[in-house]
Amino acid sequence: MRVELAPIAPELLLVGAGIAVLLGGVLARRADPLAHLAVSLAGVAGAAAASVMLWSREGATALAGAVAVDRFGVVARLVLLGVAALALLLAHHTLARDGELRPEVPALILFATAGMTLLAVSADLVTTFVALEVLSLSLYVLTGSSRRLVSLEGAMKYFLLGAFSTAFFLYGVAMAYGATGTTSLGGIAHALAGRTETPALALVAMALLAVGFGFKVSAAPFHMWTPDAYQGAPTAVTAFMSAGTKVAAFAALLRVLDVALQPLGWDWGPVVAGLAAVSVVVGSVLAIAQTDVKRMLAYSSVAHAGFVLIGATAPGAPGIDAALFYLLAYALMIVGAFGVVSLVSQGERGTSLEDHAGLYRRSPVLAGLFALFLLSLAGIPPTAGFIAKVSVFRAAVEAGHWWLALVGVLASVVAAFAYIRLMVLMYMREPVGHREPDPSPVPRLVLAIPAAGTLLLGVLPGLVTDVLGKAAVLRW
Amino acid sequence: METYYQSYGVVLAVLIAGVALVAVAFGAAALLAPRRPLPAKLATYECGMDPVGEGWSQTQIRYYIFGFLFVIFDVESVFLFPWARVFEGLGMTAVVEMAIFIGILALGLVYAWRKGVLRWV
Repeated sequence: MRVELAPIAPELLLVGAGIAVLLGGVLARRADPLAHLAVSLAGVAGAAAASVMLWSREGATALAGAVAVDRFGVVARLVLLGVAALALLLAHHTLARDGELRPEVPALILFATAGMTLLAVSADLVTTFVALEVLSLSLYVLTGSSRRLVSLEGAMKYFLLGAFSTAFFLYGVAMAYGATGTTSLGGIAHALAGRTETPALALVAMALLAVGFGFKVSAAPFHMWTPDAYQGAPTAVTAFMSAGTKVAAFAALLRVLDVALQPLGWDWGPVVAGLAAVSVVVGSVLAIAQTDVKRMLAYSSVAHAGFVLIGATAPGAPGIDAALFYLLAYALMIVGAFGVVSLVSQGERGTSLEDHAGLYRRSPVLAGLFALFLLSLAGIPPTAGFIAKVSVFRAAVEAGHWWLALVGVLASVVAAFAYIRLMVLMYMREPVGHREPDPSPVPRLVLAIPAAGTLLLGVLPGLVTDVLGKAAVLRW
Repeated sequence: METYYQSYGVVLAVLIAGVALVAVAFGAAALLAPRRPLPAKLATYECGMDPVGEGWSQTQIRYYIFGFLFVIFDVESVFLFPWARVFEGLGMTAVVEMAIFIGILALGLVYAWRKGVLRWV
């Protein structure tokens, strides 16, 4: 028996680098954070190279049907690896500044990334479950890694609700197996296709899987853990988990909906549309009521989960294409936004809206970067957020869900108030107190990467449409 | 589909029979048994050690970490049994894969050891 390892080479490299960092941290006489960062980044770069190598190998499953080898997986992996690289750089700087950097942090980020990339390519519900656990367990620890009380509280809530949602997901997998006799995505689709009446067990499976994924992508009404976990976690970790978890979980959700449950399209369509509508409204309205920037961005991420779901209501390639573009744009802008917050604040201090008053006076660069990310989150041209919103709305309208697009547009208008209020605070108010933002130039350069991406995708979205179009085919 | 539900019907029947058996046995015992309580009979362990202290007592947190390490290597041995059963048919691949699995767990033990978890202070 020969085992083909190339399809999971990215995960192997990430886990290998993670183990190396972890052991280096305890075996070396003097732990050198810079060496850990270098090994971690090398692991991420190697994983990215290994993913790109898989681009031309379209069309197979590997490891006895456990993982898919397709272009969708390659694109999702590259987005996740980019997020991981930015998060590693930010975490290295901000956690060292706050005295909270330990070798476990980059190692856990690498393990979580391995879980995320595996989640994005899993072609079997059991693989999906394993990947989901790898990523969640690492993130629970990362959330509580700073030992501050608010951080531990966030980690506890995240852990309890995460474990709860995992049970839902697992029960859904069991039901899917009961209904079809297989856990492979292609196998489930095959067993469900051509039935005249829908088996009740398959519908139960669909509902339970939707709840499980709803928790992970923090779609309302399963978003309760999001603000607490995002607020409690060290801000660089928040940047990582807000972008990474969402991209990975949505990639897996798209696979489940558009492959395994594709024959049940008429049944899951209204469910996903309902979740999308509730998420955009709840996320946008509650974002206005927040006085803490991290909580506001957390509710905004709930709304953005809704926008991706709006794209996902369109079955087949147009929906996948729109959702994938939205995820790419969202990853860029949310990593950037939390990155700016991680430089303005220090530890748990300095994250309130008031602390951002007059930021322009203190650091025009940070204020400019934050304004760009906020404009993109609000969906105002010429940023990636605008193009992303247009593409999901177009996909939904073409699939006949014009009411959903209407709800989305109205919710964006409501949410824009929260973002623009923060911009007014930054530019038109005098600074309160005398807290200075982090002055170092390196993290600003790091944040210039997502900023450039946000602008570039907003002005020239054609750069990626070709690649995304080729990646928007899911067969397993 | 019908045979499918019939097989669940059997499960349901067994479940009901099981619950009924326990309920009848305990119910009959409660109704028929004579009851003469004595202090020795009401103790937690009627025969054996006398319990000391309260039920809510503090436990050394270190037991917890030792417990963790124990469970990890306990589960590892659970994985080794089915592997030993099929390993003849799989050959070298199985040996290498199990070596990697045990190797990663061993690295975890090295990590725990260097972190000072194994030292009892």
